[in-house]
Amino acid sequence: MSEYKVEQIEVHVCMGTAGVASGGEAVMAALNSEFEKRGLTNTDVKERNCKAKQTGCRGLCARDVLIDVYVPGKGPVTYEHVTAEMVPSIVEEHIVGGEVVTKWAAKKDYFEFYDKQKRYVLNDCGKVDPDSLEDYIAHGGYDALKKTLKMTSEEVIDEVKKSGLRGRGGGGFPTGLKWTFCRNSPGDLKYLICNADEGDPGAFMDRSIIEGNPHAVIEGMLIAAYAIGCKEGYIYCRAEYPLAIKRVKKALVDAEKAGYLGDNVLGSGFEFHLKLKEGAGAFVCGEETALIASIEGERGMPRSRPPFPAVKGLWQKPSNVNNVETFANLPVIILNGADWYANIGTEKSKGTKIFALSGKVKSTGLIEVPMGITVRELIFEVGGGIPKKRKFKAVQLGGPSGGCLTEAHLDTKIDYDSLIAAGAMMGSGGVVVLDETNCMVNVAQFFLTFTQRESCGKCIPCRVGTKTMLDILDRITAGKGKEGDIERLEALANDIKISSLCGLGQTAPNPILTTIRYFRDEYEAHIYKQKCPARECPELIEFVVVDERCKKCGICKKVCPVDAITWEKGQYAYIDKAKCVKCRECIVNCPFNSID
Amino acid sequence: MAEVKAVVEEVQERTPEELDWTKCDAICAQYAGAKGATIPVLQKVQDAYGYLYKELVERVGENLNISSHTLYGVITFYAQFYTKPRGKYVIRVCRGTACHVKGSGRISEVVFEEFGIRNGETDPDKIFTLEEVSCIGACGMAPVIMVNDKTHGNLTPEESRKIFKDYASGKMDE
Ligand SMILES: Cc1cc2nc3c(=O)[nH]c(=O)nc-3n(C[C@H](O)[C@H](O)[C@H](O)COP(=O)(O)O)c2cc1C
Ligand code: SF4
Ligand code: SF4
Ligand code: FES
Ligand code: FES
Repeated sequence: MSEYKVEQIEVHVCMGTAGVASGGEAVMAALNSEFEKRGLTNTDVKERNCKAKQTGCRGLCARDVLIDVYVPGKGPVTYEHVTAEMVPSIVEEHIVGGEVVTKWAAKKDYFEFYDKQKRYVLNDCGKVDPDSLEDYIAHGGYDALKKTLKMTSEEVIDEVKKSGLRGRGGGGFPTGLKWTFCRNSPGDLKYLICNADEGDPGAFMDRSIIEGNPHAVIEGMLIAAYAIGCKEGYIYCRAEYPLAIKRVKKALVDAEKAGYLGDNVLGSGFEFHLKLKEGAGAFVCGEETALIASIEGERGMPRSRPPFPAVKGLWQKPSNVNNVETFANLPVIILNGADWYANIGTEKSKGTKIFALSGKVKSTGLIEVPMGITVRELIFEVGGGIPKKRKFKAVQLGGPSGGCLTEAHLDTKIDYDSLIAAGAMMGSGGVVVLDETNCMVNVAQFFLTFTQRESCGKCIPCRVGTKTMLDILDRITAGKGKEGDIERLEALANDIKISSLCGLGQTAPNPILTTIRYFRDEYEAHIYKQKCPARECPELIEFVVVDERCKKCGICKKVCPVDAITWEKGQYAYIDKAKCVKCRECIVNCPFNSID
Repeated sequence: MAEVKAVVEEVQERTPEELDWTKCDAICAQYAGAKGATIPVLQKVQDAYGYLYKELVERVGENLNISSHTLYGVITFYAQFYTKPRGKYVIRVCRGTACHVKGSGRISEVVFEEFGIRNGETDPDKIFTLEEVSCIGACGMAPVIMVNDKTHGNLTPEESRKIFKDYASGKMDE
């Protein structure tokens, strides 16, 4: 991470979604009132001039509210799980007294989370105030745009081609090449669209970028618009992201006022107008032709290609769609140069990728790592491994379109091509770690429930096929699986893949195919033995305490919401099946896996 | 696509406010002649009136010169449009991946146990509406719920039950 220097004492408060949810606003207010009370707002005296500043998400949301105390001439000190009540002591001891409050300061494991990361795209997230154009500019913001405007548009395209940047929206298509298609299409009016519909049900990279640094996305779009020759643009943002929408709206107004957007960008003669469009809740609208239909005010159904959007897109005009993260990479590339960028990553996947790391890892959160890092490093070094001393079972990459990898694949490199070779995919960047208590049939059922619900219904294989597959999975997890179900699933999956129009249908079967491929025995146990080996499917669990494994700790009794468990000190626990509501709390909480 | 839902609610008496088209007409006028206005107009009108009832949709159609059935085509496609009244508190239970693996399904069960509502339903007193949504972007605090605009994270089912009861008793309004 690059250094951030301060002229005065600054306290940065995380006001990303998790920061706000954990009480960031109260911490901010407490800081301001404490500064006021102690006369620490004197702008004439450096040592007595303190500022509390909001910043975006820095990725380790589980530790929110996170704050950094910056004292001029010293490195920042980070505090975790800060509440308003802790603020007076931090101000008293650290800011006034100069002594770090060590008991609340971030420890080794906080820094380990960042050790293997390379934060270029996210560098300013968590450092700049997302609502302040001035702060963005003070940290080098819009310098890349100024540099761009001094280049010819061909030079910009060449630079992006040379950098090796590939689209971060899932497909991994080379960005520079994509731009040339739209650029070479005849027509005066061309549209540039930013895809911020982020619908993968376990991913929030794009949201964090927009919330934490909206101007970086606008700057990236300006660079792209200049290179392609687009006069108008849209940011299509998911309606479920109210904070992102609020911040991007403000950023657009500020950027326009300051002359970064409009008829004559920074007096260069280049014209670019940018608007925000709010989505209305449909996953398929992330597919670019559906997204275009949605901007036009229609039902967001994918259209067949050709014609490609680059030829006939929004309102029949040539259009170019890129993902938020793709745009956010552009200022970094232009400022540091294509050669610098192409040095990061692997031969065919350059730069860094942002992932949302979740599930059964110690440090969940948002991370940016160089392409080519291994799955093992991601989970065990950045993520800190599996909590509760449980065993790693699988990792699901690429969300509902992706697949899972097992222990045997831990040394797979994370780049577009290696992941596909191993049976998963980069997708948008969702990484879900699963431990021995997660059932793989359940995971497949979960993703399919999602895609089935989100299918737009245009293609029969996708609409009906996903429902048929889901019915089969529902009966398998309910203990009513039939002989031949696995084969039926495989056959259906292959048919749906080849006969659906858009990526949703084409990839919906992936989670099923990979779980069958690597965990066929688990499917078989459900169907033929009426057992869920991971003990996740309630219909297939007996809910009995196995005395041989029970260590008589009594934890299960404490967590049972309906008092179905009897236990006395020194006794085995016992479950009264008549009372049990099959909630699984005891199973999840038993430290010795003693309940079958 | 949102789950198939009965589009039009049972016949309801409308209050004079519900039939006061001032706001609706003003919103439509703001978008007069604009391309791709359907979705933003419906969003704004829904914000102003609470939900998209039949008379309101017809009024929007007249203003924009679009047939009601075209409008319903759009309305039913997107999960964020509502054709039925909603509760005072909208409980959004995240059913995204991170929350799922951390047991968010149980939280929906708690809502059902307490208020008898499932995904998309509103209780008869119109206090709570349950919506299961995918990732709300706070996976680090999984499992996560939102009640109106407030996010609650790191929940156990029992903690969630307590939070719902606090909303029901008005404790959270302070
Ligand atoms: C069902 C479906 C959903 C998609 N969702 C998204 C999304 O949420 N965000 C995104 O950037 N791309 C999404 N895509 C990919 C887009 O169609 C498109 O390829 C991408 O926005 C191009 O940007 P890029 O070249 O910068 O990656 C989706 C594709 C499909 C088939
Ligand atoms: S594949 Fe599915 S989501 Fe895609 S166009 Fe066909 S029906 Fe719609
Ligand atoms: S499954 Fe739930 S209800 Fe049944 S014994 Fe365990 S904790 Fe109690
Ligand atoms: S929201 Fe605070 S670190 Fe992510
Ligand atoms: S999966 Fe629930 S917040 Fe992301």
